[in-house]
Amino acid sequence: MSNAQVFLEFEKPIEVLFEQLDKIKEVGKEGEIDISKSIIDIEDKIHKKRLEIYKNLTGWQRVQISRHPERPYTLYYVSKMCRQFQELHGDRYFKDDKAIVGGLAKLDDQTVMFIGHQKGTNTKMRQYRNFGMPNPEGYRKALRLMKLAEKFNIPVVTLIDTPGAYPGIEAEERGQAEAIARNLLEMAQLKVPILCYIIGEGASGGAIGIGLGDRVFMLENTWYSVISPESCSSILWHSWDYKEQAAEALKLTADHMYKFGLIDGVVPEPLGGAHHNPEETAKTLKAHIKKNLAELMKLSVDKRIKIRIDKYSAMGKTK
Amino acid sequence: MGWFKRLREGIQTTTEEKKEVPDGLWHKCIECSHTSTTKELIENFWCCSQCNHHFRIDSNTYFDIIFDKKPKLLFEHLEPIDMLGFVDLKPYKQRLLDTQKKTGLKDALSVGIGKVNDNTLIVACMDFKFIGGSMGSVVGEKIALAIDLAIKKKYPLLIISKTGGARMMESAFSLMQMAKTSAKLSQLGKAGLPYFSLMTDPTTGGVTASFAMLGDVNLAEPKALIGFAGPRVIKETIKRDLPEGFQTSEFLLEAGFLDVIVKRKDLKDTLSNLILFFKN
Repeated sequence: MSNAQVFLEFEKPIEVLFEQLDKIKEVGKEGEIDISKSIIDIEDKIHKKRLEIYKNLTGWQRVQISRHPERPYTLYYVSKMCRQFQELHGDRYFKDDKAIVGGLAKLDDQTVMFIGHQKGTNTKMRQYRNFGMPNPEGYRKALRLMKLAEKFNIPVVTLIDTPGAYPGIEAEERGQAEAIARNLLEMAQLKVPILCYIIGEGASGGAIGIGLGDRVFMLENTWYSVISPESCSSILWHSWDYKEQAAEALKLTADHMYKFGLIDGVVPEPLGGAHHNPEETAKTLKAHIKKNLAELMKLSVDKRIKIRIDKYSAMGKTK
Repeated sequence: MGWFKRLREGIQTTTEEKKEVPDGLWHKCIECSHTSTTKELIENFWCCSQCNHHFRIDSNTYFDIIFDKKPKLLFEHLEPIDMLGFVDLKPYKQRLLDTQKKTGLKDALSVGIGKVNDNTLIVACMDFKFIGGSMGSVVGEKIALAIDLAIKKKYPLLIISKTGGARMMESAFSLMQMAKTSAKLSQLGKAGLPYFSLMTDPTTGGVTASFAMLGDVNLAEPKALIGFAGPRVIKETIKRDLPEGFQTSEFLLEAGFLDVIVKRKDLKDTLSNLILFFKN
């Protein structure tokens, strides 16, 4: 059963049941009535309700789950999946961006270069991590680490979770666009395998800036789009109030993306989202990474790069 | 009491109509208000003779300026489709039909091949009037095909950007064009062929963050708006005014992201010189 504390708005019916459960437990403490059956009943109801709600999630609801404050982030997954992890800092030109982390880790016996967006788990850390919005030095750190991995024939795994690359004055001065573009160019030709996972929010250039790979997967309750539903609403509907419609129109869920052939697969999450059982999610993710890396590492470098570029060349629909 | 009396009631000229000047007569510079005739502007490469403001021009006009004679247009069979069934205030399908009718273009990028002072060049040029010059599947595919041709025939490539960024109505399909165009450019680079990127007013969003910034030589027209995030978004994020001249070509040159700012009248000769330098 879940440890999650924060309920999303569409989880209101579940929250109500939890409140009932608490009340019954209070009554039980007085010791006069046997409440064990009632508890089992309500827990059963909670499970059924959750199944019902999570069976038919809308695009906007997936967006909300992807932003759940208790959702696991890159450093959590890496620490759960790997025995050792050595974080490596800095882009060597300007500074160390806190919204993108990276480093070497052992995934069982295989050394892997992990690179991912990182959000904070409390108000202070959220600010420290700039809410997962990288500046150019974040993308340049990522590229430095990829080149390091290439030099020593170490595969790269990126974990993507960002509301977007930071839109600020300094970010523009230091070439946010150039940093992302350079990564796309270099990742296309990187000699080692690249696996990418959307683990939360996949917002536009900020996401794809570390998201070009041999295979790209999305966790079940994540989104990937050219623009966030809020900004899309603001631009196309001239109002911030149409985010639900925008989320539907953008067809940004993992299911849609897989159907369109724009990603290579969907990684299932526990019922109620990754935050309901982060350890199980990490376990699933680890097995998934190992399987795909093993397959990719069998290919020759030239073949792998050719397949990678051919895959992207085929993306897009025209008449 | 007003100073004068309105004689005729009910004059309701819409703003749109008011702005319309009969085509091809007079053009007012939005920078200095100087008026020029079409003939004067053509002679001056569509730049204001008073303040050198570079008017926004379409792909055909760029082709006229750059090529020795009319280029051969390529990949004209490609047309956009609405694969998502995208509807905002207007269905994307309808938006495409209306825009195609209004502009006479099929999408926001045209590719031409021809000679520039006797040197062959492939030019892919964006049209801002087509849904803000936005990049969707057609733009990406035309660039990919242009790169394939460049590699096959060993020709250099120029891409002229004039765009608000990715096309929202194609959602992730348009996002993937960033990866697609960059991946294709990596092949052009491996083939040892030069790629020139010309950024014009405006060049923002996913286009800047992919092929526009990846030139072997990055050029820009004077005073063009070039950036990743648009100025309005940045202003709303940081909640203060932006510095004077922020995100202009001149700003980007100083920041180290452009090789050269080129006036439109010098564009053709600059390009043919570059082609010759790289021929070596």
